[in-house]
Amino acid sequence: MNAVSAIGLGHFLSLGAALFALSIIGIFLNRKNLIVLLMAIELMLLAVNTNFVAFSYYLNDMNGQVFVFFILTVAAAESAIGLAILVLLFRNKSTIDVQELDALKG
Amino acid sequence: MDVTSVLFYAFSAILLFSAFKVVTSRNTVHATLYLMLAFFQASMVWMLMRAEFLAITLVLVYLGAVMVLFLFVVMMLDIDTESMRQGFWRHLPLAALVGALMAGEISIVLMDGFSAMPAPGPEAGAANTLALGMLLYTEYLYPLEVAAVLLLVAIIAAIALTLRSRKDTRHTVASEQVKVRKSDRLRVVKMDAVVPAAAAVETEEGQGSK
Repeated sequence: MNAVSAIGLGHFLSLGAALFALSIIGIFLNRKNLIVLLMAIELMLLAVNTNFVAFSYYLNDMNGQVFVFFILTVAAAESAIGLAILVLLFRNKSTIDVQELDALKG
Repeated sequence: MDVTSVLFYAFSAILLFSAFKVVTSRNTVHATLYLMLAFFQASMVWMLMRAEFLAITLVLVYLGAVMVLFLFVVMMLDIDTESMRQGFWRHLPLAALVGALMAGEISIVLMDGFSAMPAPGPEAGAANTLALGMLLYTEYLYPLEVAAVLLLVAIIAAIALTLRSRKDTRHTVASEQVKVRKSDRLRVVKMDAVVPAAAAVETEEGQGSK
């Protein structure tokens, strides 16, 4: 018997889907806290990475894990620059409320 | 129910619980700590899929660096948390609808489509790090270097964004110091060896002390 006989690829993909949906809910709920929005984006990337790893395992193809490697790189760069922008924003406007950031009149 | 199933359901439950606490936590520091827990559980789930290198990288990179960066920023900013909770649950019906719709549809499609896929044998991915390294340094060498350049750009961007020159500190300008000439600092005053008048001494000293 295999080690993961009872758990199939669908279970892992459903876990990723649930995690992604929770992140979406977090983006809807946190209209005032930009830091938690960045955290929700990190959780989304985690869900996508979980899907990549699951497909890589079940299709027996290592290319998926290489992609996870690159996504981790991009996510680290994204969070570093995002937090730098956040610090700059707080220094200039003394708030991280998303609804107050209407300088572009969008 | 074998051990792997129990582990999968335990890790998944803790992962989803901590993800929920991340987005609904009242304290931002608590949210960051729950985010650490979520990433750790995800790395355990990846370990179940025999992606050891990526699981350990996730713990080292994210729990070691990115989460500490988040915590540092959270503690650096002075945020009024009570005003942020105003109208927090107002968007809950729409958010729950969208989230449940997405998760439900994806799960229905994927559980039907991929439950028949056979799991690979126990020998697959026995040397995960070796296989990943072989692929990364041969076929993906050029993307790897592009990723390295991307990280360098991120470092420079983060520093350039947050750097500010303070106006209340004394500092030296190195280029002006290098370009200075002898005539800028030293002035040779020709004067007589013996000065009889007292008034003349004062004026000469006033010039010479510069």
